[in-house]
Amino acid sequence: MINVVKRRSKGDVVFNIINYTVFILITLICVYPFYYIFINTISSNDLSANGQIIFYPQQIHFSNYLRVFQLSGLGTAAIVSVLRTVIGTIAAVFGSAVLGFLFTKDMWHKKFWYRFVVLTMYFNAGLIPQFMTFRMLGLTNNFLVYVLPAIVGPFNVILVKTYIESLPPSLEEAAEIDGAGVMTVFSKIVFPLIKPIIATIAIFSAVGQWNSFSDTLIYITDSHLYTLQYILYTYINQANSLASMVKQVSGNNTAESITNAVTAITPTSIKMTVTMIVVLPILFVYPFFQKYFTKGIMIGAIKG
Amino acid sequence: MSNSAKANSEPNVKKISSWHSGKQKERFKLFLIALPFLCLVFLFAYLPLYGWLYAFYYYEPPLKLSQCTFAGLHWFQYLVSNTVQVKTILNVLRNTFAISGLGILTSWVPMVFAIFLTEIKSGKVRKVIQTCTTLPNFISWVLVYSIAYALFSYNGPINNLLTSMNIIPSNINWLAQDNHTWLAMTLWGMWKGTGWGAILYMAAIAGIDQELYEAAAVDGAGRFRMIWNITLPELLPTYFVLLVLSIANFLNNGFDQYYVFQNSFNQEHIQVLDLYVYNLGIGSSSFSLATAIGILKSFVSIVLLTLANRASKCIRGSTVI
Repeated sequence: MINVVKRRSKGDVVFNIINYTVFILITLICVYPFYYIFINTISSNDLSANGQIIFYPQQIHFSNYLRVFQLSGLGTAAIVSVLRTVIGTIAAVFGSAVLGFLFTKDMWHKKFWYRFVVLTMYFNAGLIPQFMTFRMLGLTNNFLVYVLPAIVGPFNVILVKTYIESLPPSLEEAAEIDGAGVMTVFSKIVFPLIKPIIATIAIFSAVGQWNSFSDTLIYITDSHLYTLQYILYTYINQANSLASMVKQVSGNNTAESITNAVTAITPTSIKMTVTMIVVLPILFVYPFFQKYFTKGIMIGAIKG
Repeated sequence: MSNSAKANSEPNVKKISSWHSGKQKERFKLFLIALPFLCLVFLFAYLPLYGWLYAFYYYEPPLKLSQCTFAGLHWFQYLVSNTVQVKTILNVLRNTFAISGLGILTSWVPMVFAIFLTEIKSGKVRKVIQTCTTLPNFISWVLVYSIAYALFSYNGPINNLLTSMNIIPSNINWLAQDNHTWLAMTLWGMWKGTGWGAILYMAAIAGIDQELYEAAAVDGAGRFRMIWNITLPELLPTYFVLLVLSIANFLNNGFDQYYVFQNSFNQEHIQVLDLYVYNLGIGSSSFSLATAIGILKSFVSIVLLTLANRASKCIRGSTVI
């Protein structure tokens, strides 16, 4: 499609102009919101609260970021979010890799157990039954609720299994003839070979863990286990808690907060700064790992 | 490895010796390694089904289920018992259908997006556009809500822009009104999902045989003719599979999006089925009723999935699952 049409007619030029314009607009619509919030967090809080910072930052300062962690609960939430992302991702990678590998071997009633796992993608017991079950298992107000359910993701298991099956079997067979046990074959030979699909799973898992919100909402009432996403949601919605937080942070510098409207903390500045903190890891990591996303989709699509 | 199995002709002896053979042991050993993971699957996907029992009791926490009165089909009958309840359910279903319906109506957008993106000759520009437009897919709905809040607030840039261009007379309180809630939800869904959805189609387009286009060019086909006669037919199978899947998921709108955007103003139009079940169960502690609704939803979803699968087999010749 790309290289074929060689003649440049007037219609072509018009089409290209319109096409480019439309896509530039779409790209701006996708990117501008992030830009808008960012420039507001580094601009004068006074102007920002009045909605006057639209296209470029004014009266730049960084005190929003420097002081945002004085908000009680935010530091804990950040730690919880990071921990669940790291531990949850490692758990998911481990679970899907091992189980996916085992399903490529001759296992006792393999077909049955494989269907057992894959079938779970197509039904859902429901919100309340799941809540009841988790409560019964002691997973409410427990950090493990972020990790344990993520270990076996049926889709990830399928991805790994399909990928391993596409590798030449001679490598595994050679190791087995040499007397390697099955887990040695897995760790020394198979796992290094499936790194691409593992990378894809790891990235999707990490993003999923970082963005996860409803599990905190439903299963956690202990504020020490709140994640950044949950805290952000409460900040946006509860003006009251924000007002007291504003007092709490600027209370340390009352003289400054009265006289300096630029750096005085406002509910708007809190909301925006926390938003930036929550989105920044994604923004940084995303361009680098984009190719893994695309690859994962293609492998998943071929199977699905 | 297991020659003893082949040597014996009697079935019973064969069974015993094959059990003792190394192969069988090995197979079972592999199962044992997998067992912990299979237990996890059982605990989190199959065990909750036991929770369906709650729909058949007058469950009142903190009493245990065994101490509560059996209710039979009471909660199911309750759903259609009084006019207020019926009205609520119909409302919720209407919202769910509307939003799912709008989703299906706009399901062609990622495909068209991909087709026209491929028309941009420069690979570098395409890559930048793809990176930027797939970014919204990777942020949470909480972040989307935060962005919506920042952009559409009373003093926000959207209001400033529209009033300065005189499109609207004065600032509108976008977030505290219920006009066009369905449209807004659909648009946010499109903002978040179009770029990402297009990736699949981009990959499909990249896989189309270039010779088809060259032959068409020789025959004098223009750009649009090529899209219509070559690109589109190649993409339709993928589109169809996704369409069938979204029909199967008609009742599953998702939860996060509607929870974060819901407020006292837009309740009437934003409460989809999943959100309603949450509000009922966890919000109002009507566990039994919420479970009953969940059971009904599961049944309908399975029926939809089977129908969609059947339809796919009839039309495409192969099933989706």
